[in-house]
Parts: sequence; structure tokens; C-alpha cells
Amino acid sequence: MATLKVSSSVPSPPEDAEQLKSAFDDPACFSTDLIVSVLDLEHFAEQRKLIRQTYHESFGEDLLKSLEKELTSDFERAILLWTPEPGEHDALLVNEATKRLTSSNQVVMEVACTRTSTQLLHARQAYHARFKKSIEEDVAHHTTGDFKKLLVSLVSSYRYEGEEVNMTLAKQEAKLIHEKIKDKHYNDEDIIRILSTRRKSQINATFNRYQDNHGEEILKSLEEGDEDDKFLGLLRSTIQCLTRPELYFVDVLRSAINKTGTDEGALTRIVTTRAEIDLKVIGQEYQRRNSIPLEKAITKDTRGDYEKMLIALLGEDDA
Amino acid sequence: MAHTLDLEGITKAISGMGVEEGALISTLGNSHKDHRKLFRRASKSFFVEDEERAFEKCHDHFVKHLKIEFSRFTNAVVMWSMHPWERDARLVKKALKKGDEAYNLIVEVSCTRSSEDLLGARKAYHSLFDQSMEEDIASHVHGSQRKLLVGLVSAYRYEGKEVKESSAKSDAKILAEAVASSGEGAIENDEVVRILSTRSKLHLEHLYKHFNQIQGSDLLGGVSESSLINEALLCLLKPSVYFSKILNASLNKDADKGTKKWLTRVFVTRADHGDMKEIAEEYNQLYGEPLAQTIQEKIKGNYRDFLLTLLSKSN
Repeated sequence: MATLKVSSSVPSPPEDAEQLKSAFDDPACFSTDLIVSVLDLEHFAEQRKLIRQTYHESFGEDLLKSLEKELTSDFERAILLWTPEPGEHDALLVNEATKRLTSSNQVVMEVACTRTSTQLLHARQAYHARFKKSIEEDVAHHTTGDFKKLLVSLVSSYRYEGEEVNMTLAKQEAKLIHEKIKDKHYNDEDIIRILSTRRKSQINATFNRYQDNHGEEILKSLEEGDEDDKFLGLLRSTIQCLTRPELYFVDVLRSAINKTGTDEGALTRIVTTRAEIDLKVIGQEYQRRNSIPLEKAITKDTRGDYEKMLIALLGEDDA
Repeated sequence: MAHTLDLEGITKAISGMGVEEGALISTLGNSHKDHRKLFRRASKSFFVEDEERAFEKCHDHFVKHLKIEFSRFTNAVVMWSMHPWERDARLVKKALKKGDEAYNLIVEVSCTRSSEDLLGARKAYHSLFDQSMEEDIASHVHGSQRKLLVGLVSAYRYEGKEVKESSAKSDAKILAEAVASSGEGAIENDEVVRILSTRSKLHLEHLYKHFNQIQGSDLLGGVSESSLINEALLCLLKPSVYFSKILNASLNKDADKGTKKWLTRVFVTRADHGDMKEIAEEYNQLYGEPLAQTIQEKIKGNYRDFLLTLLSKSN
């Protein structure tokens, strides 16, 4: 469910490119409002791609580079993440997550598990083009031990996406998982195998079966482990991303917003990556669980252009 | 009787790989009843004399043999017509069904195709078998090879010109240590699997150079001859050598039924991939005889002509 609607009088890409160029060239014309309105509100990915192409053809420079020069701070990040193709966007996120100072196993897992097989493929292709390496090679090189095993497998998957489910298999694998978890073998190869190769519908069936047989949700069972066990934490998030991604996103948003100072990185990432996908559902779920609309929570915690951008991406409330 | 039986001709036409269809038409086709009796009497491996009832009974072996040899051309045509992605998906599926001894096929498909073609094979796998390739492999392979095989088919290697020399060097050291310390267990070593299944082929070539320098010995053949790691390395670094060896094995007169089938597979898949010329040159270097000549001498009929056509297309 997209939160964006294309307005009936959308300017053409050449006009948009022209407007942007004027804004960059003449400080008097420059306003972040203009940038926001040209780049994001009315435009779906296809149109943004056209604008970027047209800009390059007309002025010989990559729009992204021009933007990088002109914009600063959280707002800049939001715009920069918003502009490229989804695949490129994900490639950027993962690459950043493998660098030492910005390293984040969570982001790698999030990209690998919440995208469709095709989207993940686009990310892998964009990664080749942009970073001259493969995504799995970089993730493998920058992670260690159990994290490496899990993340490389997740990022290399090309899941079949049919809805058909094998109930016998679900039963077997639910049992297997239960046995391993009972003995706290969270990093077991079979668990990693199941989570990184099975189709999502099958994984859902397996965990439903788990719940039926053992009277509690898998995520609850995993709470039995050591709170400081980071791998266990990642495993829980992985399962959540594969089965109920909208709940995962609600959790991340809530802690990003409630954190003293607000974790803009996470907030920006979720809002910009889910805007054309399921941000509406996430917003509804957020309200359900936190008794406050997501939009309100965001306006309370952010300001200026950054806030404007986020709210624009959240879209207007549907009738 | 109009003419004598060309017994030698007929026998020659049906021995070896493929069948000399033309010769069979002119000799066997033209033969008189009594000629064929002579033929049956003389072919002790194909017909058994039932002395009591005075006729020569047909061996199962005769029918089976002809079926196999006649079908080589058919199989080549079917395989050639198929989309390369479907071809590879079916090869992997077949290898999984066969088990242990066929896993080299999975290594071959995952390591000698381009990144896009391997990806394509995975897409075809979804379409043909309603599951993902890695899922199938992961649930069917239980031994030490699982990690490596899943890793290899999941690869989407970078194919550009950039290489980080320092990474290639450090990977070479890591590989050297892993192989030295784990021996046969190297196949399950996480670092070995990482290097083999995520690095670009160019990176691996640089790694290979560094390895040989550091160790003073050849990485290829450094791990046990028959291990999957060695196959993977050979496929990734020197596919022409790998395929020449496979061809040679399939052309050996003592090769078993399965091995003989490799001939069709190599010709069809590599003619499409575009390195048949390099393979033929390598073959010549390794075995001292032009591949075309070997095919001409050892293979018969339409099958031979088809293979030669695929070969000449590449030149």
C-alpha cells in the first residue's frame, strides 16, 4: 500500500531538472521546500529516475552529486536516500553497515529479510555497479563467527516466492528448531539453513506449527536466552522480519523516536525505504501499539525540513 | 544373394559412441535374411544361440546398447534447444537426485557460468521445481559438502576489473592456513567456503598467484585430488583445463555409462557459453591431439556431425 499519490498536474522531468538546476545555480532560487516538492511528494521511483536521467543529459552531472553539495544534515540524508533506485538505496545501506564506524548487523539483516527476492536481487546488482564487489563478499569480509554465517546466508538467498506450503516439512522443521532452542543452540546450522533458504510462507507455517505444538510463540521462547547475547537478538529480529515485518518496523521506529535525541538514521531509513511499500500498514500498527499516530510521534520529535520530508513521505490520511 | 555381408561394417557402425546411421541403412537395410543370420551368429555379445530351438536370441544388452547409442544425438538436440537456464537447473536437480558422486556437477554449474547465467538457472529452478535451488541443496545434502555447495550456488560474483591486491594476498594466506590445518576437513572451514563462494573470479586469480608464491607449491591439486574444493578451484580458475579433463574422461573407451554422457553436456553448454575454442586448444595441449580429430575418430554418425558442428561454430 503506497502512501504516495501522483497529482494530476505533475511537471515533466525536463521541467523538474531545469528547476533543480536553477535552484543550485542561484541561491535566491534555492529553497529546501522546492527540493522536497520536486523530488519526493508527487513522484514515484520511475519519475525520479527520469528526472535524474534528464538532469544528467542536460547538465552533464549526476543529480545526486549536485544534491550532496547543496544539502546538509538529516534532511540531506533523507533526500539522498530517497533519490536513487530502491536497489541502489539498499546497496548503499548495506555498504555503510559493513564499514567499521557505522557497522550494523541489524541493517544488513533488515535489507536481506524484508525485501522481496527481486528487490534483494536489484540490491545485489546495484552493489556490483556501485562498489565493484559483491554484497556477499563484503558482508563476509566484515562480519565474524555466527553473525557471518547468518548474514552471508541471508544476503545470498533467492527465495522462491510461491504461497504453497509443505505441512509435513513445517512439522519436521518446527520440531527441529524446538530441539535446538531448548538446548540454547541458537547458532545451529539447521536454524540458519531454514531461515535463509526456505520461502517466507513456509517459514510462517513452520512457526505457526511451533506455536501450536509448544503453546508459545517462537519469539517468546527466544526470550529465555541471555539478554546480552547479541546473536540471539539478531536471530529474534531475523525471525520477526521474515514473519511479521511490520511489527519489526514498529519496534525500530519506536525505539528510534523514544531514544533521547532520536536515532535519525533508523527513522530516516525506515520511512524512506518503506514509503512506497507498507508504510501505511506500519503506521496503523504503530498507532495500535503505541496509542499515538506515527505522524504525531514524528512531529513531536523532529523539526524543520527533516520533519517536513518525513511527514510528506507518510502521506496524507486516506479517506 | 546379391552381395556378401559387410559384417565388419555393421559391427563397426554400432560399436562406440553414437551410431553410423548411413552405414546401417546401406548394409543392414539392404541385407538379405541369411546375411542377418550370419550377423547374429557372429555377434556373440548381442545374440545368444538357442541350439535346442535353432535360433539366435537377442540379448537385452543389444537393445539397451542401441537405445543408448542412438539417443546420444537426440539428447544433444534436446539439450541444445533448451534454454541454458533450464538446462542448468535440470542438471543441478539431477545431480541432487544422484547423490554424492554427482555433486561435481553442481560445482561445475555454479563455478563455470557467468553471474547472470547462474542467477538465471536459479530463476529457472523456481519455475520448474517450485522451490529455490539453495533450499533443495540445503535439504538434500547432509554431509560436509553442504556448506560449500549452498555457498557456491548462492554466489552472485562481481565481474568487473577491480581487485584489491591486499585482500587477495590476505585471502591467500588464510586459504593456505586453512588447507594446511584442516586437511580433508577444509571443505567445512568457514573461511575456505567464504573465499570460494563470495570472491570474484579475478580476485581468485590474483589469490592463486599469491598462494603459489607464498607456498612454493600449486594451489590446484594442493587439496586432495578428488575433493570438491579442488574441482571448485579448477572450475573458477582454469575452466578450460577442467573441461578438457572432463572431455578426456568421457572419451575414454573404458568410461562408464554416466561418464560418457559428459561429452554431450560439455559440448552443448560450452558452445553456448563461448569458450569451446579455448577448451579445444587446451585439450590439444594436454593430450597432444586436436579435439576435432578425436571426435572424428571415436564418435559416429549424426551425433559426431552434430558435435563437430558445435565445435566449428566456435572457431
